[in-house]
Amino acid sequence: MIRRTAVLTLAVCSVVGLDACRRKVVPTPAPVASSNAPNADSLAALRAQQRADSIAAAERAAREAAAASDRRTAGELAAVLTQKVYFDYDRDVLRDDARATLDAKVPILVANPGVTVAITGHTDERGTAEYNLALGQRRAAQVKRYLTSKGIDDARLTTQSLGDSQPAVQGTDESAYQQNRRAEFQPSGANNLVAPRS
Amino acid sequence: MCSPTARRVLAAAVLTMFVATPLAAQDTTSRGVRIGLTYDPGSKPGVVVLPVIGATGDSIRAIVQRDFDYGDRVNALVLDPSVATEASRASGPNWPLLARLGAAAAVQLTPTATGFHVAVYNVATKQTARVTDYATSAPPMSRAWRAALHGIADELEEAFTGVRGIAHTRILFERGKRIWVVDSDGEGAMPVSEVGTPVSPSWHPNGRMIAFANYIPASISVLDLGTGRARTLVSGAGVFISPIFSPDGANVIYAHGADEGVDIYTVPLSGGAGRRLSVGRGSDNVSPSFSPDGRRIVFMSGRAGHPEIYTMDADGTNVDLLTPLEFGENAYRASPDWSPNGRLVAFQSQMSGTFQVFTINLRDRSLRQLTSDGRNEDPSWAPDGRHLTFVSNRTGAKQLWVVDIETGRSRQLTRGTTVRLPAWSPRLPAE
Repeated sequence: MIRRTAVLTLAVCSVVGLDACRRKVVPTPAPVASSNAPNADSLAALRAQQRADSIAAAERAAREAAAASDRRTAGELAAVLTQKVYFDYDRDVLRDDARATLDAKVPILVANPGVTVAITGHTDERGTAEYNLALGQRRAAQVKRYLTSKGIDDARLTTQSLGDSQPAVQGTDESAYQQNRRAEFQPSGANNLVAPRS
Repeated sequence: MCSPTARRVLAAAVLTMFVATPLAAQDTTSRGVRIGLTYDPGSKPGVVVLPVIGATGDSIRAIVQRDFDYGDRVNALVLDPSVATEASRASGPNWPLLARLGAAAAVQLTPTATGFHVAVYNVATKQTARVTDYATSAPPMSRAWRAALHGIADELEEAFTGVRGIAHTRILFERGKRIWVVDSDGEGAMPVSEVGTPVSPSWHPNGRMIAFANYIPASISVLDLGTGRARTLVSGAGVFISPIFSPDGANVIYAHGADEGVDIYTVPLSGGAGRRLSVGRGSDNVSPSFSPDGRRIVFMSGRAGHPEIYTMDADGTNVDLLTPLEFGENAYRASPDWSPNGRLVAFQSQMSGTFQVFTINLRDRSLRQLTSDGRNEDPSWAPDGRHLTFVSNRTGAKQLWVVDIETGRSRQLTRGTTVRLPAWSPRLPAE
C-alpha cells in the first residue's frame, strides 16, 4: 500500500511536470484604450480585438518557438539525445513521460542518419543481481522497440544492460530508486548534429 | 541407559525429526570407512584434537578443530591448555580423562617429513581405531597445506559420523569487479579473475574450472583455476547471465537475451552456438540450477508478471511452477539452487520489503524460512546438502554467511568490502 501510494505520487508528479513543460507562455493582450464610454458594440469590438490579438500573439509565439528549435545548438540537440527515460518498479512499460522524452529524440535521429545510439538499461537495487540484468535488458529493448516503431532504423540502435551495478544516485528510498530505474543513451557519430527542419 | 534396541528406536525417532539426510548418507557409506564410536543417539560425537607437536602444531590443531566445529556433525571439544596436556601422555591417551570430558574419540596429528601421521583413538574401547599417513609436499601454512589438513578433517568426519565433511571446499563470489574464492573456513580469500565486469560465478563439477558472465562485453567466460587462463565461450549483443555447468560437465547453461526477453540456453563446453531451452515469450528467465541427476532445471522466470521459481526438463519441456503463486500479492522469488541430495531448492523470497532465504521441499512443497535478520539472498548449497552460504547485510556491509539448515547455526564467512553471488564448490580434489 505504501509503495502504491509512492508510485501514485510519482505518477502525479510526472504528469504535473509534463504539463508544466508543455504549457506555452501566451502574453496577455494589452488593454485597448478608449476615450468613449463603453457600449455594447464597443465592448463586442473590444472583445473581438482582444481575441484577434491573443491568437496573433499565440501564433507569433509558436513561430518563434519553431524558429528557436531550428537554432538549437549541437550541444542542446545532444542533450535531448542523451536525456534518460525512467521506469516503474519491476516494469519495462514506457510511461507517458518516457514516451515524451523518446518522441523528442526521434526528429533529431531522423535529421542525423549517421548517428547510432547505445541504449543501456538500469534497475534499482531491490531485485536480484541476475534478474536485474535481465530487467535492464528488457527496458533497453522496450526503448529500442519504441524508437524503431517511430521509423528509426533497427541497425542504429544497440541495447545492453548494467542491471543494478551502476546506480545514478546512492540511497535506499523511492526517490533514489526512481532515478536508478532508467535507460541511458550513448550516441556515436553525434559530433555535428544538425537540427531537424520544422 | 538404553538397550541397543531402545537406542535404535530412539535414533530413528530423532532422525525423523530432522531432514533424513544423515540416515541416507550413512547408507551410502562404503563398508569399513566408519569407525564404530559409542555416543548417545541424536547427539554429536565428542571429539578431542590432542595437542600437536612442532612449530606448526598449534595451527594444525586449530584448523582441524575448527573444521569439525564448522561441519556441525562433530562436537569438537576445545580443552584448556592444562587439560589438553593432561589428555595426551607419553604412554598414550588419558582414557579416564577423555571419557570424563565426554569424548567418543581423540585425534592425534603429527607432522612428518612427508606429510601428516594421524591416529584416531576410540575412547569407549580404549583402542587405536585407525592410523593413517597422509602425504603432502606443500610448504607448511601454504594454501595447499591447509587444503591437505581440510581433506584429513573431512575424512575423519566420515569415520566418526558416516558423512564426509565439507572443509576442503571453496566458495566463489563477486567482489569489486573481480571473481574471488575463499576457503570454507573463511581463510585464504583471493581474486581469481582479471578486473572487469564479471558476475555470477559457478563451479565445474571437477572443481578445477569455473564459469562466469560479463556485463561488458556481454559474454560467458570459462576460467581454468590451475592455469589461470580464461576463454570466452559465447558473446554477442544483449546480456549473458548466470552460467552453470551441467552435472556431467560437458555443457554450460546460461541466460541470454537481446531484444525479445531473456531465455535459458545451452552450449557445449567445447564451444559452438548456444541453443535455446526455455520459451519465455519476451519474459525474463534467469538463474538456472540443475537437479543432481541432470534431468531437471530449476530457474527463475517473470513470465507470470513477477519473478517466481519454475522447474523444467533439461531440454526445456514440462515447465512447472514450483513456488506457490499468491494471487493479489506481487511476490518476488528468486535465485533458486537445487540441493545436492535433490530434496530441497533454496531460494530468496521478498518479505516486508526485503529478502529472506527459504527452502522448498520438492516432495510436499513445504516452505521453510531460514533467515530473518537483515536482507539475505543468493543462497548456494554446500556439497553436504546441509549447509548454505548466502549474502547478508545483517552486520552492515553485504558479506557471505553460512547456515546449518538443521540447527539454524550461522557464521560469517567473509569480511571486508561488499560481496555478492556466492557459489559453493563441490568436494575438491586433493592438491
